[in-house]
Amino acid sequence: MTPHFLTRTLDRSATIFILIVAAVGIVLPLLNLLLPADSPLQVPTYLISLFGKYVCYAILALSIDLIWGYCGILSLGHGAFFALGGYAMGMYLMRQIGSRGVYGNPVLPDFMVFLNYKELPWYWYGFDMFWFAALMVLLAPGLLAFGFGWLAFRSRVTGVYLSIITQAMTYALLLAFFRNDFGFGGNNGLTDFKDILGFNIQADGTRAALFALSCLGLIGAFMICRFIVTSKLGKVLIAVRDAESRTRFLGYRVESYKLFVFTLSACMAGVAGALYVPQVGIINPGEFAPGNSIEAVIWVAVGGRGTLVGAALGAVVVNYAKTVFTSGALAPYWLFMLGALFILVTLLLPKGIIGTVNAWLDGRKARDNANADSAEAEDGIIKPDLEKA
Amino acid sequence: MNYFFERCRAIALACLLLAATAIPALAGPFEDAIAKFANDDFSDTDEAVGIIASSGNPQAFAIISALQEGRLFADPDSKKVYLTGTDGKSADAATGAAVAEVPASAAAVRLNNRLRRNIESALGGLTLMSPDPAKRIASAQSVFKSHEAALLPVIDAALEKETNKAARTAFAEARAAILLYKEDATEAEKIESIAIIKSRGDQDALALLTSLPPDQTLGVTRTAASAITAIKSRQTLWSISQNAWYGLSLGSVLLLAAIGLAITFGVMGVINMAHGEMVMIGAYVTFVVQDVIRTSYPGLFDYSLLMAVPLAFLVAGILGIIIERTIIRFLYGRPLETLLATWGLSLVLQQAVRTMFGPTNREVGNPSWMSGAFELGQITITYNRLWILCFTLAVFVILLAMLRYTSMGLEMRAVTQNRRMAASMGIATSRVDALTFGLGSGIAGIAGALFTQTNAYVTLTVFDFENSAKVMVMLILGGTGRLYGAFLGAAVYMVLEDYFSKLSPTFWQFGIGLEPVAGAVLGKIAILVLIILFIQKRPRGLFALKGRAIEA
Repeated sequence: MTPHFLTRTLDRSATIFILIVAAVGIVLPLLNLLLPADSPLQVPTYLISLFGKYVCYAILALSIDLIWGYCGILSLGHGAFFALGGYAMGMYLMRQIGSRGVYGNPVLPDFMVFLNYKELPWYWYGFDMFWFAALMVLLAPGLLAFGFGWLAFRSRVTGVYLSIITQAMTYALLLAFFRNDFGFGGNNGLTDFKDILGFNIQADGTRAALFALSCLGLIGAFMICRFIVTSKLGKVLIAVRDAESRTRFLGYRVESYKLFVFTLSACMAGVAGALYVPQVGIINPGEFAPGNSIEAVIWVAVGGRGTLVGAALGAVVVNYAKTVFTSGALAPYWLFMLGALFILVTLLLPKGIIGTVNAWLDGRKARDNANADSAEAEDGIIKPDLEKA
Repeated sequence: MNYFFERCRAIALACLLLAATAIPALAGPFEDAIAKFANDDFSDTDEAVGIIASSGNPQAFAIISALQEGRLFADPDSKKVYLTGTDGKSADAATGAAVAEVPASAAAVRLNNRLRRNIESALGGLTLMSPDPAKRIASAQSVFKSHEAALLPVIDAALEKETNKAARTAFAEARAAILLYKEDATEAEKIESIAIIKSRGDQDALALLTSLPPDQTLGVTRTAASAITAIKSRQTLWSISQNAWYGLSLGSVLLLAAIGLAITFGVMGVINMAHGEMVMIGAYVTFVVQDVIRTSYPGLFDYSLLMAVPLAFLVAGILGIIIERTIIRFLYGRPLETLLATWGLSLVLQQAVRTMFGPTNREVGNPSWMSGAFELGQITITYNRLWILCFTLAVFVILLAMLRYTSMGLEMRAVTQNRRMAASMGIATSRVDALTFGLGSGIAGIAGALFTQTNAYVTLTVFDFENSAKVMVMLILGGTGRLYGAFLGAAVYMVLEDYFSKLSPTFWQFGIGLEPVAGAVLGKIAILVLIILFIQKRPRGLFALKGRAIEA
């Protein structure tokens, strides 16, 4: 007997999605680790890291879809939360280098020695402990989102204005993190990581484990999002998206709902960043660039805004396309492609891939029902689909 | 200096001839002095320069400037000295009689650094008598800087005869400088001098006062100190106005971009993330126009900007209309989607320009009437910035007039205020939409054309994210829905930015009272944070429309 919330959370497509992600998360690492190098099915480690990156992007896309697809908050600054989580993890990894850095200082990371720091800045304290860093991965983006959202939602900044100030926020952070005296490595960021929790970060096993963890993270994030959007809270969020003033007049505290979901989404983005950094091996201020955040929004739009599976799918598809295009002879055309994607998706495919497929399936089902029950007139019930944006 | 003297050579001869009528030519010492050049000894040369400079001989200027430029030749055997004019003709220095050519045994009179300095000041003294007031002032300035005590009598004489007001002031300042540094001047004289120097109040005056030797009477030291403070605080004022001018002129380009955005975003409610790219296109149109002119019609270069500005307007405007017809009109009422689609558009446009023109900077020149600068008090005003400001104001006025007095403007206002009623009255709203969007884009194109004139090159990031963000912030500050909102927002923004990014010890001293810790980058961050806070209080801008219309 499964608990009630699980049956509600996991409909058929959600279950399929979770099973696929779990299968990928188990099979790919095994194919990487167990098969001999000359086997045609062996998955090289660089692919594991690459796919790991996609999975992290998928988590970021989920976090954006949660607020944009279900609550109508278009954040163009989610890259900032992603990067903050990444920096928190990067700081832990930096402290793990210890005396193996170029300058061999047991406490100070290389860039601090280089910039003549005499002692560790106070905000680096505690990052030698994993639990603290893990806490910060949630707290740093979460607190920023809470503060930002508290100010923004309370004064009812909505729509494009909100989008623009989130963009301003990530841009301000970009400028700040570029500064050397800010204490986060300036424009070089944090890199040259050695271990994570005592395991060599370059080793195949660690890479495979990180990939599996990312898949687990994706499943977890997906479950949380599903749980929220299928709960009563989720219904209020959708109401806010569709008619904010009306929801307020019905007696709901719109800003509290928004604030909660915005903060949660930021924490999820932070986790995505934290999983991303050890697999990519670097975090630098470029992650704060406003362009990155907007690109993440287009993943969601491509996959299907308001469909969680779509968001994850969109992140993987767009990024796979990006890898293919930017590594080949087509590199100069990638920006054309990306730009065209923005335009075409918004013009021609406003529901995204999954949304369009769903609509088509629903339409067919409705036709079938109508055909089957033609004698019994028009009671072919079309199941109201929550995922239809 | 050399350049200056060279240009003045022609009049110099004439002026010295005039001066010669006043001062009788002294035969003996002058010739003796000239012969000293042939000794090939630095101290003899120095002495000769001194004697010649104070001789008042009409040849003096020609000789000393020839010496300065290595055109003075001395024959050590015959003790004769020759000079070659800039026209290549040679003459005997002592008599001025033309000679066919300088004998081969004569060598150029050698100089060292000390001599060069003395020659400079000697030449300065000689031109004090020039009939051209500009030259007199220039030489008085050089005396002011060198405060050569030997020139005091010359200055006094010049001051007595001087009728030109500006030149009188310059002479008085030069005299004051000499007196201040003269060891045997009385305290009263020195204090009076300080007052004169203080009223001059520029960087040179400050340098003169601060490098005053320490062995002064108490009164002089005190007066000097108070004068220094006064000059410094005055300079702070000037530097504020200089900064304000820079802010104003650079801000005027941004203002144009903001006006364009005010039309598309404020009036139409369409958020156009590709607005910066419209500016970029205007800039590249200017580049193309200049390129064509350079290769095909070089004579027309001065008119390049006059052609580029309307062309930039047309190209960006037509592109804007195409964009409105093909993309934006399908997205009315869906601002977030518009935002994404136009962002994609900006990527495409950027990449297209990169493919066409390459990723490197391309040179854009100033027409001659936009080059150069003039001084207003202590502010240097460059013509290009002045013209840009004029262009901006002209565009703003034309735009306001268009909205106010033309039927197109009337239709635009009608559609903005009440789209459905306008449509009912027979206005083709979709045509008005396209034209309005084209107008906003075209103005951004003009902004781009003018932007090239501020930095003499055009590049892909000519209007990068930062500038776009600035423009957006200006609009948010000013509030949308009215054109002058953009105007006021731009003004407020430029002041804020100036204030934050130029926070410097000078400003601090001036009494603003903030610790001078913030650099330029922190200034930007501070602005962004302030904007985020500001939008909490006034989500519709400082000068927002009031009433129900804004909720539409």
